[in-house]
Amino acid sequence: MLLYFIKRIFLGILIISVAVTLMFCMIHLVPGDPARIMLGPRATPEMIADISMRMGLDQPLVIQLMKFLGNILKGDLGIDVISSRPVTAIVFGQLPYTLWLIFTAIFGAMLIGIPLGCYSALHRNTLADRVTGVISVACITAPSFVVALYSLLIFAVTLKWFPAIGAGVKGDFFDQATHLVLPAFAIGISWVGYLSRLVRASMLEVLGENHIRTARAYGLTEFTIVYRYALKIAILPTVTVIGVGMGFLISAAVFTEVVFARPGLGKLIIDSITTRNYPVVMGSVLISTGLFVISTTISDLVNASLDPRIRANL
Amino acid sequence: MKVAIKRISSDPLGLLGLCLVTLIVVSALGATIFAPYDPIQLNIMDRLQGPSANHLLGTDQLGRDLFSRVLFGGQVALKVAFLTIGSALIIGVVLGMIAGYGPTWLDNSIMILFDTIRSVPTIMLALAAVAMVGPSITTVIFVIAVSSIPNYGRVVRTQTLTIKSKDFVKAEMLMGASLLRILSIHVLPNILGPILILASMDIPTVIALEAGLSFLGMGVKPPTPSWGSILNDGFSLIRNTPWPIIAGSIPLVLATLGFTFLGESLRDLLDPKLRKFL
Repeated sequence: MLLYFIKRIFLGILIISVAVTLMFCMIHLVPGDPARIMLGPRATPEMIADISMRMGLDQPLVIQLMKFLGNILKGDLGIDVISSRPVTAIVFGQLPYTLWLIFTAIFGAMLIGIPLGCYSALHRNTLADRVTGVISVACITAPSFVVALYSLLIFAVTLKWFPAIGAGVKGDFFDQATHLVLPAFAIGISWVGYLSRLVRASMLEVLGENHIRTARAYGLTEFTIVYRYALKIAILPTVTVIGVGMGFLISAAVFTEVVFARPGLGKLIIDSITTRNYPVVMGSVLISTGLFVISTTISDLVNASLDPRIRANL
Repeated sequence: MKVAIKRISSDPLGLLGLCLVTLIVVSALGATIFAPYDPIQLNIMDRLQGPSANHLLGTDQLGRDLFSRVLFGGQVALKVAFLTIGSALIIGVVLGMIAGYGPTWLDNSIMILFDTIRSVPTIMLALAAVAMVGPSITTVIFVIAVSSIPNYGRVVRTQTLTIKSKDFVKAEMLMGASLLRILSIHVLPNILGPILILASMDIPTVIALEAGLSFLGMGVKPPTPSWGSILNDGFSLIRNTPWPIIAGSIPLVLATLGFTFLGESLRDLLDPKLRKFL
């Protein structure tokens, strides 16, 4: 068990370091001088030379890579070209907005999707089950930015039920919550469909097992059987899916943040691309990759502690 | 083929998917014939109109006919989907077979590479690439292809490992068959089925990604019409008119739904065992 944990965490660290190295290669092997890209078309040769020296671009690649990796270990992702603040501070300043959005969305999706899946499994092959199935697939395939655009159009612009822009006044909980509703809805809706199908499938599997038959034989009510005994096991695949789904959640957050002009990691990246602030872009991409690797690692560890068969496979 | 069509038509969702896909493909391929206007022709006098007999889906802020733009946008979506999935599939199959057949160290390095690519959210990879080389349709195709290679590679590797240990392959090896012969005659035909199903189920994801990147202004460059860039125009006009958003989203939603239904139906038809894995 401990051996698996150590191996899995080592794999996570290895993946992050390979990702950092690849990203470094991407920056330096792409045609065009990074300093020139950063300064844009109107740069003079003197400005390019100055920036190159400040960024250490005149040194050999291997030394640059070592410095780059060393700095990341120290938590230094470089300096914002425009405001001269450290990138780490900027990214971690925006990260909580994205995390709140993602967690609200996934929590809401679980709250609706899991009972819906149980309902479908219990009423298998009825009209209600089929309708839920089709709607679920429709929800899964709907791109999050289209859902975001429609909810902005309908609930914010036309009906004016919810605010359209921003994340609300700091410290005012109610205001922040109302600003969270539509973006979380846009991200969460596809997860409602996904989770309900997933829970339906695993619930059907669990309901056929022996201990559930025993529970039935004891005369427990259907409600107790489903929600106290079966759901405990049927919920396991959800843990994996949410861990692996972190990447999709981050991607969806980028779109919704842009549509609702909400502060966050996605908005930060898009704004930084438009202002050619590229240390911030790279820093945000690295942090989000780190986040994704951590969440898949955690979900693997949780799964391994629940299911011994997985441990044998690494 | 006849049997396949018959079986699909007995599955109502599969049939719906087939109809939607046909509609999208025909309208995109025949855009030059069906489109009533030039998709990039400006006509400031008729700007921001709602749907009418002249302009079926209305016009945008520059007076361009939205219906024509939607038709031509389909060409971009299908082109990106075809090129991306095609190249990802070829590279994925080659790398997957190398990983499955090669020595352990090579297998491990390829798997680490796959795991690394999968650990970067596709949108983030795309944004990083756009920040480096600027937005273009080539960047979009390249990034989405790179990030979907592991999906194919992993399936191919697993299948190769299974087939490698089968007796008929061992017998062939003993008779002195070359590596190339084993891979192309025995391994490839056996992995093609699941890979093609995987590819067909990847189409809606790729179409949505292209539209998403173009929506962010990080994909297809104006004035080329794309469903995503129509939505982007609609987003900036959201307080004036809902029509560009409606015009851009209808084909996008129909295409993703159609390809999903068709893909699921094909999967059940060709290989019911895969249902668990995909």
